[in-house]
Amino acid sequence: MNVQPVPTSGFSPTPSLQAAAQAARKGGVRIVDVVKMYGVEGAGVLAVDHCTFDVPAGEITVVVGPSGCGKTTLLNAIAGFHSLSGGSIYLDDEMLCGPGRLKAEPGPDRIVVFQNGALFPWKTNIDNIAFGPLMQGLMTRAEAYEKARDMMADAGLRGIERNYPGEISSGVRRRVEIVRALMNDPKILLLDEPYRALDSLTKSVMHEALLEIFYKNRVTIFFITHDLEEAIFLGHRVVIMTTRPCRPKKILDIDIPHPRDYAVLTTKRFREFMDETAAAVHEEAIKAFAAGEMER
Amino acid sequence: MSEVELASFRGTDARRAMTSDTVSQATSLALTMYRLSSWLKSPRPYLMLIGFAGFLGFWYLAVEIWKLPRFAEMPGLTQVLTEWLSRDPTYGLSIFMEEYYLHIWVSTRRIAIAFFLATAIGVPLGLFLGWSKRFMQFVFPVFELLRPVPPLAWVPLAIVMFHGSETPVIFLTFLASFYATALNTMLGVESIDVSYVRAASCLGAKRWQVFRHIIVPGALPYIFTGLQISVGVAWFSLVAGEMVSGQYGLGYVINTSYTMVRYPTIIIGMVTLGIVGYVTSAAIRLLGDYMMQWRTRELALGGER
Repeated sequence: MNVQPVPTSGFSPTPSLQAAAQAARKGGVRIVDVVKMYGVEGAGVLAVDHCTFDVPAGEITVVVGPSGCGKTTLLNAIAGFHSLSGGSIYLDDEMLCGPGRLKAEPGPDRIVVFQNGALFPWKTNIDNIAFGPLMQGLMTRAEAYEKARDMMADAGLRGIERNYPGEISSGVRRRVEIVRALMNDPKILLLDEPYRALDSLTKSVMHEALLEIFYKNRVTIFFITHDLEEAIFLGHRVVIMTTRPCRPKKILDIDIPHPRDYAVLTTKRFREFMDETAAAVHEEAIKAFAAGEMER
Repeated sequence: MSEVELASFRGTDARRAMTSDTVSQATSLALTMYRLSSWLKSPRPYLMLIGFAGFLGFWYLAVEIWKLPRFAEMPGLTQVLTEWLSRDPTYGLSIFMEEYYLHIWVSTRRIAIAFFLATAIGVPLGLFLGWSKRFMQFVFPVFELLRPVPPLAWVPLAIVMFHGSETPVIFLTFLASFYATALNTMLGVESIDVSYVRAASCLGAKRWQVFRHIIVPGALPYIFTGLQISVGVAWFSLVAGEMVSGQYGLGYVINTSYTMVRYPTIIIGMVTLGIVGYVTSAAIRLLGDYMMQWRTRELALGGER
């Protein structure tokens, strides 16, 4: 399949003009030659195979790949839930994990928003949001709740402070979870297919809400999905992964200007990106299917 | 006059506003009252009454009217009721006798002590079994080997180990209770989605903070299921224990009434056990609803009551 070359895309992205501006921002992640094996050495399953790419600071990087390809493994390594078998990961030039320290320590500078949501159902929304600073001992109770209330109001979540997560819709739950993460001023947000379980209407609202949060906070976002349209709509950079073992197959810099809204979906440029990548994603999906990868 | 009317109108309005506010805050008590009223409006209580009437009616007819084989020897409904409600019971036990309440009190006290001990030891043990793989690896096999041994099989050892008649009975009651509580608590910890633990550590919670804020509340639904089972089996083994050893108590009443051929008193003991057992189990359910309002509200939203 012949792919029309696009100036801003390529296998090894060249530093853009914005690079200097981004250097001041936090949350850039460098993934260098990362390998992850599951199981016993030699007899294990290779989940991530010599994977190298950058997550530029202050941008949204979306990783697309078939289900079960190992992209979540990568996210878990950054978050500090899993160890690496080889390679290293840097956050703002500081090594998170690598030779001599195979597993990063989970911490409030890298906060995960989980696939199925992980608001604590036994805590009210505001208790959930104030949880981080209180656990870290950074704020008094009064300060934490004051900030939580302000942030909820900012995010349009006023009035549900005293409700439990089980009492609000799943879309609103995701927003509460993102606010809970932002409470800690993280350098990077790690989103693991956060909108997978939502219907497509809610999803489109959530996408715009996420962009709005991003424009306000300019926090670096690492976003995992298997939805190509979602990836191109949200991302500054889209990394298309091969099926297991996962490795970048194609890295695109999406030059559709931000701020974006849903009108972007019907533009010619968006369609061009879709056309350019659909074949690559489809090819991997077929391979994944042939390899018998199951939907987890 | 119109002003007075207006004021009173405002008064009702304010009261109405207050009521709606209370409802939206849905305290446990308000929720219970709401459930009670909707229960009375539903057909369920009336179906329940019909069920009871059918059961009691069959008892009455089978024993006292038709005198069916095998039923003829049983005490009949009217005989039991007159005995139970009599100021001067033929066999010495009715709701007017002080001794009746002494039996209830002794049994309840044993249950309370055994249940309290089982909870105080079983819940922490279960939490640590689920929380620490290492701890589980050396405790759980022993636990699993002891668990299938029925409390009744412990009777001789209990009598040898503990002096008097009171402690062996409490020990037997404790045993059954303890297994149910510990096991369910452990399952509760294991049921917690790993995402919650990960999210907490992302948000900067230390190990013991994760234990206090995630593990304990996350296991609570299973813990309360365990406590419901626990109080049920506590009554079960209490009666067994009281039949073997001990003085006073409902199990003792049933057993001595059998040897002394006071058949109606057996039934009185059984019915009383049913009522007291139901009350204890309902009390635990209420406590659970109160402690897990997040869950009660979630279920209420799902249309389950």
